[in-house]
Amino acid sequence: MGASVLFEAGTERGAFYMLLLLVLCCFGGKCELQESKPSAQTDFPGVEPFHNDFDEPQAFPDEERAHLPMFTMDYPRIQLPFEFTLWVLLASFAKIGFHIYNKITIWIPESCLLISIGLIVGAIMHSVKEEPPAVLNSNVFFLYMLPLIVLDNGYFMPTRPFFENAGTVLWYAVVGTVWNSVGIGISLFAICQFEVFGVQDINLQENLLFASIISTVDPVAALNVFDDIGVNEQTYIIIFGEGLFNDAVTVVLYNMFTFLAAMPVVESTDVILGTARFFVVAAGGVLFGLLFGFVAAFTTRFTHNVRQIEPLFVFMYSYLAYLVAECFAISSVMALITCAITMKHYVEENVSQRSCTTIRHVVKMLATISETLIFFFLGVVTITTEHEWNWAYILFTLLFTFIWRGIGILVLTQIINPFRTIPLNFKDQFGLAYGGLRGAICFALVFTLPDTINRKNLFVTASVAVIIFTVFIQGISIRPIVEYMNIRKTNKDTNTINMEVHTRMMEHVLSGIEDLCGQWSHYYWKDKFKKFNDRVLRRILIRDNKAESSILSLYKKLELQNAIGLLDSPLGDLSAAPSIVSLQDERNDASRPKKKFLAADVRKMHNILAKNMYKIRQTMSYTNKYNLPDESRTREILIRRHASIRRSLRAESFRELPSQNLPRSQKYYSLQPGGNLETAFPLRRRNHGGSEDMDHLSALTPRSSSHSLVPMRRLNTINETGNAGEQPAASSQPHSPPPVDALDMRGPGSLEGSIFRGRKAPVPAPKRHLSDRIDREEDLVDSERAGEAVRPPLLPPPRDWEPENPEPRENETLLRDSSQGPRGSGRS
Amino acid sequence: MGSRASTLLREEEIEEIKKETGFSHSQITRLYSRFTSLDKGENGTLSREDFQRIPELAINPLGDRIINAFFPEAEDQVNFRGFMRTLAHFRPIEDNSKNVAVSEPLNSRTNKLLFAFRLYDLDRDDKISRDELLQVLRMMVGVNISDEQLGSIADRTIQEADTNGDNSISFSEFIKVLEKVDVEQKMSIRFLH
Repeated sequence: MGASVLFEAGTERGAFYMLLLLVLCCFGGKCELQESKPSAQTDFPGVEPFHNDFDEPQAFPDEERAHLPMFTMDYPRIQLPFEFTLWVLLASFAKIGFHIYNKITIWIPESCLLISIGLIVGAIMHSVKEEPPAVLNSNVFFLYMLPLIVLDNGYFMPTRPFFENAGTVLWYAVVGTVWNSVGIGISLFAICQFEVFGVQDINLQENLLFASIISTVDPVAALNVFDDIGVNEQTYIIIFGEGLFNDAVTVVLYNMFTFLAAMPVVESTDVILGTARFFVVAAGGVLFGLLFGFVAAFTTRFTHNVRQIEPLFVFMYSYLAYLVAECFAISSVMALITCAITMKHYVEENVSQRSCTTIRHVVKMLATISETLIFFFLGVVTITTEHEWNWAYILFTLLFTFIWRGIGILVLTQIINPFRTIPLNFKDQFGLAYGGLRGAICFALVFTLPDTINRKNLFVTASVAVIIFTVFIQGISIRPIVEYMNIRKTNKDTNTINMEVHTRMMEHVLSGIEDLCGQWSHYYWKDKFKKFNDRVLRRILIRDNKAESSILSLYKKLELQNAIGLLDSPLGDLSAAPSIVSLQDERNDASRPKKKFLAADVRKMHNILAKNMYKIRQTMSYTNKYNLPDESRTREILIRRHASIRRSLRAESFRELPSQNLPRSQKYYSLQPGGNLETAFPLRRRNHGGSEDMDHLSALTPRSSSHSLVPMRRLNTINETGNAGEQPAASSQPHSPPPVDALDMRGPGSLEGSIFRGRKAPVPAPKRHLSDRIDREEDLVDSERAGEAVRPPLLPPPRDWEPENPEPRENETLLRDSSQGPRGSGRS
Repeated sequence: MGSRASTLLREEEIEEIKKETGFSHSQITRLYSRFTSLDKGENGTLSREDFQRIPELAINPLGDRIINAFFPEAEDQVNFRGFMRTLAHFRPIEDNSKNVAVSEPLNSRTNKLLFAFRLYDLDRDDKISRDELLQVLRMMVGVNISDEQLGSIADRTIQEADTNGDNSISFSEFIKVLEKVDVEQKMSIRFLH
């Protein structure tokens, strides 16, 4: 791949230093380990009896020695936390190392890299005959590491697509896993019957047990690839959900088969009991999760005085849910996921903004660390455990995992496609099948097999082989294969820019219409739930409960984050486009010479478009597992909607308007996003009333286009935004003086200056009430415009708009003043 | 809510809509319940605010244009007929043209393309000017594209499509430029039965 070619000297050195650091840490760890042995190596002359007392702190010198020891060391006391910290640091350094050079992680998934580093470290440890820490025993993995990952998955689960595809997800997760387990188990059992392979002593139960372990899918690497290769939202959520829920299924199957494996004879009642047990486990998990989720939400209702510990509740309650479920041997994974999903909405409304951010960051951090450690130890332990290699068994295992997954996906898709709104096509199915990588759960489960199974080492080896094979081979190759498939379908080079732009436009339209029709959800239930939620749940669980539309809350949240973030992030000039300059050009179109576009330019354009055009829906926001959801795109779109009102009004003033219909439609270029419709949008309400008048306005706008410059008028709205309380009075004031300014500003030379002032639409004398509306809209719009150089003015507009209530009295004074201006100027 | 909704829609109306748009009976009733669930004011028509309330539409880059497409000229409310008429553009194209009653069904390829064309062409002058194109382009791209780059892209777009040299894209030019694109599939929704 191109990575090696592009490797610069700097990065090489950086990577080298990283490796050096890793090795040093390793040896550091090794040395520490050695010192833990009760040997006399670390003795200092003055502290001889000390080394026999490992638990006592080195507080007092012994009476026998006369002098005070200058330097003492008590390693065993800190050994455990110290080593743990070192391992975590080591794994984190590895992660830093990968991201030094970004392109690596595009081609090679992080899990591969982590396993490789683990293998290296394991090899080092093995060569010095060290034991790796016993991290992957049953308790540590299932009680400490797995909950963190599951919490992350549950907390950041995109609920809307998930519930809309819930049936499909559960279908693949449950039925698919069972299919895989049974299929692989039986096939392996058939293989075991052949004497030549030497594995005859594995009976059916053990095969099934092993198969259930092997069929767990961990889609981390696949997910990282999927959004880049344009897999649609459906496939994404199916893989995500499947990976999540088949943990639960696998654990159930595992427990069941372990139980059965211990029994000499299996009766049919056991199988039935097993099935019943599955339902008990699943339903019980969901119930516990709901219970703890609601309790957590309720608790956060009262935490407004103890903001510092708010994040704690999220973690404690989820962990409780997990542990209690483990105690009763029901599906702890389901409990945790349900708890997280339930908790999330209510908690995020109750806690402060900072706590919300903290929770998100900490969840991500813990999950990333946990996952990193798991893959890392997978590499380490691979080298250091005993293996039993049996070619036939392992190769057949690999083969069967492929075959059964492929067949499984095909068959299951055929069955479920008729029930789906959008059927899964072949490319989706291939993505699902090929993206079924095995990972950490598989590994942990195989380690926790009871030792009564005499071929445990073989199973361990086989699982490790399958994991490494799928993660490396499939993980690395999935991207090129799907890109190849994509390329075969759309031959990018022959696409004209037109096709690219228009097809993306159509895709956006289509997804918009789909959302509009509520195509995905069975909105009947969703509406019912929403009503129940609003009426009952929110009252109980949320502290300040105002019935808000979701758009308003989203908008408020984004505006808040925006105001905080805008101050230091270079957002680019979202609000200016098409700029005055380009609109000027429109008039000079005929005179402008036609630009010649070279092929290189066109290719560059294709690249620019491909990288910068918004993708459909919000797939970007949750595809990257290692990052927090990205809300910047939503923010951009909402900000732009502010701006496009302004744009539409400006365009209105100097467009050629042959038809009467322009202003009506142009006015709705961009409507204010949601909000409390009764008070916040006097704009629209006024327009409803005066629909026919707008047509007349349009007839008048061509007037101004005859001038080379749109007359600008200064509106002192920047002052208004400061005092939100005095809107109606303040806004009417500046209207009288400005018309005079407009006269001064007119003229071609003041184009630049006029940008920073308001714009006054040409006011038709007889239609007084119209101009008021235009003025009002301009006020609101220009309040942002006037503050062009300063970012914060973007924030006030929504609040600014609220008190704007059209009062007839003010209208008239306003209109009289402003209408004097243009009339007086003689432009008519 | 489902039962109440369907009683408000009379059979004759359903038949008329069926004839005009080609939707099936069950599709019409289903979409009617969606219509009523959006209609918070419960007056039988939807205003733009009702559309704005759909959160996914609010963060769709072309959300406003889509909403705008539902409202015919100079009106602020759309009734169920208008709603269905607009949605009819997105029905999949049937292979057999048995519906000869309507001169050209609303979901024909030409009408789909006209729908898309109208999203650009707000002033209904049957031409997509450079400005209109720029506006839509700006809505669709992120912040990292400068105005000049976007202007070049718009120029190139017009250049590719414009055959009569008027520096804008007419509807026939639009059709020609998209002749290789599978518009039938890109602008079709499989409506649930």
